[in-house]
Amino acid sequence: MVEKLTFTHPLSKYLRVDRLPHIWCEGCGNGIVLNCFIRALDELGANLDELVVVSGIGCIGRIAGYVNVDSFHTTHGRAIAIATGIKLANPRLKVVVISGDGDLFAIGGNHFIHAARRNVNLTVICVNNFNYGMTGGQLGPTTPLDSITTTSPYGNVESPFNLAHLAASSGAVYVARWTAFHIHELTKSIKASLKRRGFTFIEVISPCPELYGRYNKMGRGVDMMNWLKRVSEVRHGCDPAKAEVSSSKIVVGEFVSVDKPTYDQLIYQLMERVKGGSSVEGGG
Amino acid sequence: MKKPTTFKAKLKIVEEFCKGCDYCIEFCPVDALKRSERPNLRGVCPPKLKDEGTCIACGLCERICPDLAICLER
Amino acid sequence: MLTGTHFLQGNAACAEGAIAAGCRFFAGYPITPSTEIAERMARRLPEVGGVFIQMEDEIGAIAAVIGASWAGVKAMTATSGPGFSLMQENIGLAAMTETPCVIVDVMRAGPSTGQPTKPSQQDVMQAKWGSHGDYEVIALSPASAQEMFDFTIECFNLAEEYRVPTILLADGFIAHAWERVVIPPPEEIKVVERKGPEAPPGDRLDLVPPMACFGRGYRVHVTGLTHDERGYPQADSVEVQRRLVKRLCDKIRANADRIVKTKAFALDDAEVVVIAYGAPSRPALKAVKMARENGLKAGLLRLITLWPFPEKDVIRLSSHVKAFIVLEMNYGQLVREVERAAKGTAVTLLSKLGEELHTPYEILRALKEVC
Ligand SMILES: Cc1ncc(C[n+]2csc(CCOP(=O)(O)OP(=O)(O)O)c2C)c(N)n1
Ligand code: SF4
Ligand code: SF4
Ligand code: SF4
Ligand SMILES: [Mg+2]
Repeated sequence: MVEKLTFTHPLSKYLRVDRLPHIWCEGCGNGIVLNCFIRALDELGANLDELVVVSGIGCIGRIAGYVNVDSFHTTHGRAIAIATGIKLANPRLKVVVISGDGDLFAIGGNHFIHAARRNVNLTVICVNNFNYGMTGGQLGPTTPLDSITTTSPYGNVESPFNLAHLAASSGAVYVARWTAFHIHELTKSIKASLKRRGFTFIEVISPCPELYGRYNKMGRGVDMMNWLKRVSEVRHGCDPAKAEVSSSKIVVGEFVSVDKPTYDQLIYQLMERVKGGSSVEGGG
Repeated sequence: MKKPTTFKAKLKIVEEFCKGCDYCIEFCPVDALKRSERPNLRGVCPPKLKDEGTCIACGLCERICPDLAICLER
Repeated sequence: MLTGTHFLQGNAACAEGAIAAGCRFFAGYPITPSTEIAERMARRLPEVGGVFIQMEDEIGAIAAVIGASWAGVKAMTATSGPGFSLMQENIGLAAMTETPCVIVDVMRAGPSTGQPTKPSQQDVMQAKWGSHGDYEVIALSPASAQEMFDFTIECFNLAEEYRVPTILLADGFIAHAWERVVIPPPEEIKVVERKGPEAPPGDRLDLVPPMACFGRGYRVHVTGLTHDERGYPQADSVEVQRRLVKRLCDKIRANADRIVKTKAFALDDAEVVVIAYGAPSRPALKAVKMARENGLKAGLLRLITLWPFPEKDVIRLSSHVKAFIVLEMNYGQLVREVERAAKGTAVTLLSKLGEELHTPYEILRALKEVC
């Protein structure tokens, strides 16, 4: 119905404006992440021709279709594995993965921990809305205990992952957590992670008023945002293991920042070392 | 929160893109916005300035809007 | 670059073929009987400036290959049945996003973990139908170490030309056979490169769009959702779905005559035709020669391309031959395609399950029975 509207915005050049308005619901945090992401690009003066955004499947997965850069909307859970191939095949490209909690940590969890372990040079942004939005609000790997979802109708009995802790212990060189309310801090963290080399991870706790919020009687988007504002506590450098996420407290901040050689650096160094040699000349 | 900017910036509202979440209205540090009375094609009433002078052009609304429906023209 | 005559294992020949074809990215996960391909690529690729990565599983392997291909690099993975099963969803993604890539499946005996070291041809139907939805792939079947080299190159060329995942469907016999392999100098090897958007119109097949890889300034969007010509998702349009799926299939179907390769032996006056592919085509050739020496009018149709299925060859023969004998190292898969194309001509399956290959004598016996 509003498909044919023209969109004029100072940041239009970062968007595929003919794809807008986006599909996300009223008050969905996904739009805030998109907003902060393109602002980070703008503030950095990023070269849009050397940037690739890779997403998985889910509500947030649609973000790849909205940013005006090379982009790949992959299969459910496989964004990081596909991004790994892109980065290694052309290390000049800056590769950013933006995907959901279910996509990155349930079906795609294996790729996440291994890419972090290898220190593949990727920026990974997980929009954690505590549930599977796209499929109608089911339980996911970050759904808090006792929460109501369509597949935990009597309350969730599974313990959720602490994503920041998981990322840090898997080897990420940069780990931060913000909420969709922390627009300035989030933008700053996105910039920091885009400037860094190595596997960087940002968790964004984000309202899904349409499903998670509704099932758990959290009110409208504004109520969820006010909750995020109220319960978050900024603690830079906090041990990620102790960075809790609960209904009464969400610890946010930059938790980890270390330097390590990246996978592509190491593999291209190795290549330089053996290039031109032949381990097989004259034999099997 | 950012300090008020000294230069002038005009607030622009792309009314048809507004989904009515009220984030801009709720979180504006100087409470400069309110809902308008005229619904857009979606049936939601986009925000408008209460009066021209109050906006301090802090940029919060343009950054928090999930629909990129509000921005500052500098 | 490796050239000259070498004594190589089939899997090693495959790796060398990939390198000769310009493959500079390999992602894999170890599995018998394909592992030697990954091992050789791990050793060889860095020497020629290519990237090798052992992924955390086969899903990751095919995914990384698809990513590398979009970054503009020719890419391959190799696996066997269990891994091939895990790759299926993303083989569908490669078909949907028209990503050139090569998947080597060294077939072993299944189902499930089956008999890892025992060769088979049990993934023939999976190669065509393994992912969901309507799509086409190309699959080739080598029958010697030399062909592991040659057909790997051919797989890359077809993948690039048609922007399609191509599958080298090898079997454990051929992959592990040590044989003489001649590697020609690079200038004598035909290598096809993908067409970019800068190619002049008409410089490519109608149904195959040019490919704008990442990092070239085209700001391309790639999605597994049904998409229009700009790559934009069109999840609700019947028209776009129909147009896309038809083209994905028709670019292969309409070009089947250019793609399909078979080898004929003594078919001109043959009354009974043995149809074989992969390892069984070797005893088949011997059996047909023996049959001819015995005065039997036997012939051999060896399938090199399995997908698209060489149905025209079978249809043509079915107008005058008395019977077909199909050799397979499975419990009857491609025989169904033969039956479909044979249009009533008698078709007999000689099936082998487990390690042994058909002997020329048993094939000869079968020939005698139907002649
Ligand atoms: C292999 C596979 N399984 C299931 C699905 C269905 N599916 C689509 S999105 C999704 C979950 C998405 O959740 P999340 O990653 O948290 O993203 P959100 O929608 O919450 O943004 C599922 C299960 C699928 N597309 N593919
Ligand atoms: S369902 Fe939830 S996550 Fe999905 S668009 Fe709506 S609010 Fe956002
Ligand atoms: S720019 Fe700042 S002060 Fe002006 S309306 Fe927006 S949030 Fe309020
Ligand atoms: S934040 Fe954006 S979408 Fe929400 S009410 Fe304001 S202008 Fe409308
Ligand atoms: Mg989610």
